[in-house]
Amino acid sequence: MNKDKFIRSVRLKESACQGCINCIKHCPTQAIRVHNGKAHIIDKFCIDCGRCIRYCPHHAKIAIYDPLSVINNFKYTVALPAPSLYAQYNNLTSTDIVLNALLKLGFDDVYEVSAAAELVSEASREYIKTHEKEAPFISSACPSVIRLIRVKFPALLSRLLPIKAPVEVAAEIARARAMKKTGLKPEEIGIIFISPCPSKVSYAKAPLGIEKSNIDNVVAIKDIYPLLLPHMKHDESQLTPLSNSGRIGIGWSSAGGEVGGLLVDNYLAGDGIVNILRVLEELEDEKLHGLTFVELSACTGGCVGGTLTVENEYIAATKTKRLAKYQPVSKNHLSDNPEIESMYWADDVDYEPVFRLGNTFKESLRMMSEVEQLTARFPGLDCGSCGAPTCQTLAEDIVRGDATPNDCIYVLRSNIADLSQKIRHLTRERESGDSMPEEDKVLLRKYISELTTDLASFGVPERQKRKD
Amino acid sequence: MGDQLIFTYDIDGSDFTRAGEASSSVKNKLKMLGVNSEIIRRVAIAMYEGEINMVIHADGGQITVTVSDDDIVMVLADRGPGIPDIGKAMQEGYSTARPEVRSLGFGAGMGLPNMKRYTDQMEIDTVVGKGTTITMKVAF
Repeated sequence: MNKDKFIRSVRLKESACQGCINCIKHCPTQAIRVHNGKAHIIDKFCIDCGRCIRYCPHHAKIAIYDPLSVINNFKYTVALPAPSLYAQYNNLTSTDIVLNALLKLGFDDVYEVSAAAELVSEASREYIKTHEKEAPFISSACPSVIRLIRVKFPALLSRLLPIKAPVEVAAEIARARAMKKTGLKPEEIGIIFISPCPSKVSYAKAPLGIEKSNIDNVVAIKDIYPLLLPHMKHDESQLTPLSNSGRIGIGWSSAGGEVGGLLVDNYLAGDGIVNILRVLEELEDEKLHGLTFVELSACTGGCVGGTLTVENEYIAATKTKRLAKYQPVSKNHLSDNPEIESMYWADDVDYEPVFRLGNTFKESLRMMSEVEQLTARFPGLDCGSCGAPTCQTLAEDIVRGDATPNDCIYVLRSNIADLSQKIRHLTRERESGDSMPEEDKVLLRKYISELTTDLASFGVPERQKRKD
Repeated sequence: MGDQLIFTYDIDGSDFTRAGEASSSVKNKLKMLGVNSEIIRRVAIAMYEGEINMVIHADGGQITVTVSDDDIVMVLADRGPGIPDIGKAMQEGYSTARPEVRSLGFGAGMGLPNMKRYTDQMEIDTVVGKGTTITMKVAF
């Protein structure tokens, strides 16, 4: 099957990592551990939300994405600016200012993701209307949200709106139009997304809901932002009219933007990974009633809060509102876009039970029993000194063979105290002047060796020890 | 008899906002065990309803959940007022919840009926003035 299933674009810059516990404490899926003084991210647990990038004080968590030079790999390139790109600039009166600057930067054409977003809004409205009884639906635009549901909320997978994300629809239309315009082969055309987040970088490589994405490369808003500035002309008479999105499309960049295009009254729009985790728990428990649609963005403020953006997310949201204010509601309609064959997902997204302890129920039951016993031995401080975020996760790691009880500094201390008591006891007997019997010497050597091993093993994962 | 796991929870009767913590904890443990998500859903809903009842009517109590090879058994024990008429209490829409509780969205009279609907077996052992113990079973 898909070997890139757990691909991630949030990576560790090992040289910068100080081995502190900030990232492990902030990771919403408990996907990070610190061992041997360095953090490491567990692929299958990571949902690419980028929260660790924000919280690492040493900037050791980085996002990977493509450099702008990828445009040299193609005969013809189309830039797909995310609507959050517009929100980075001050006093923007028209998106044409940004779109014209993108052409000057070296792209051959542009296609706004916000234009495709209006098509997604239209398709979503239709879908919701015809599937009314299956509500509430959960937005599928944020790849981190889909990945979170995929590993943690199997019961909610069927609630995901099975409609392609705006960027995917944009890529499909942009390639079809470029081929028609230039006569070039599909592989000669580069569809380059200008992204607010690393999650979309992973999406382009391993999409969910479809087999292969039409996006060729993903560059970062923060890279493109300063490069566009010298090319931005505010004199509208000098601009080629390229802009083709209305209020709905531009609004998608901020929290509440997607629901704004749905014309539904009973909705919930949640943003920020910790908040949406709570919403998903409540949805799963059926504690939220009467909802038609649930919009969820992993980043605070929506896409404008992505880790590859520059502007403060709240200011960006205000700028988006100002920019969209005098636009018509929507400028794009499905009937005018025959290029797009289907707005729907081709594949289901399957549950990935990555947090399951064992391979079978019986094995998991036995392992959980061990987890419970181990957790009871730990002090419950969730101090993170062992490299796992909580005492419970340390216990799970031990049962999975990835850590040892001595990784807990309190367990280690009590073992050392115990051994040193025994040594003290053995040596105190000798005060009368008798020489130590041979069996006591053997015991003493055993205790000292245990003590050395215990101290040496702290913080070294079981797997690594087996290697040595 | 095979392996089994026992989880116990003390339910605080004084705080509405905390009701549901125990069922949420059980739900997450069942996910780690790889239990089928429909079964998890049934257990979580039945237990949540029971938890809410303990908070509304009985000032809390204790829940013991036993997971074994074949089933999940939840025992909800309280020292509340007891149920004088089980027949009435099992009717959908019948509730003895106080008005202030209803104003919070609880007391729709669906608690016990839902607990029965979502489980394979339910027994109510109640003594007026002494308390209630409800045992629910969901088979794998």
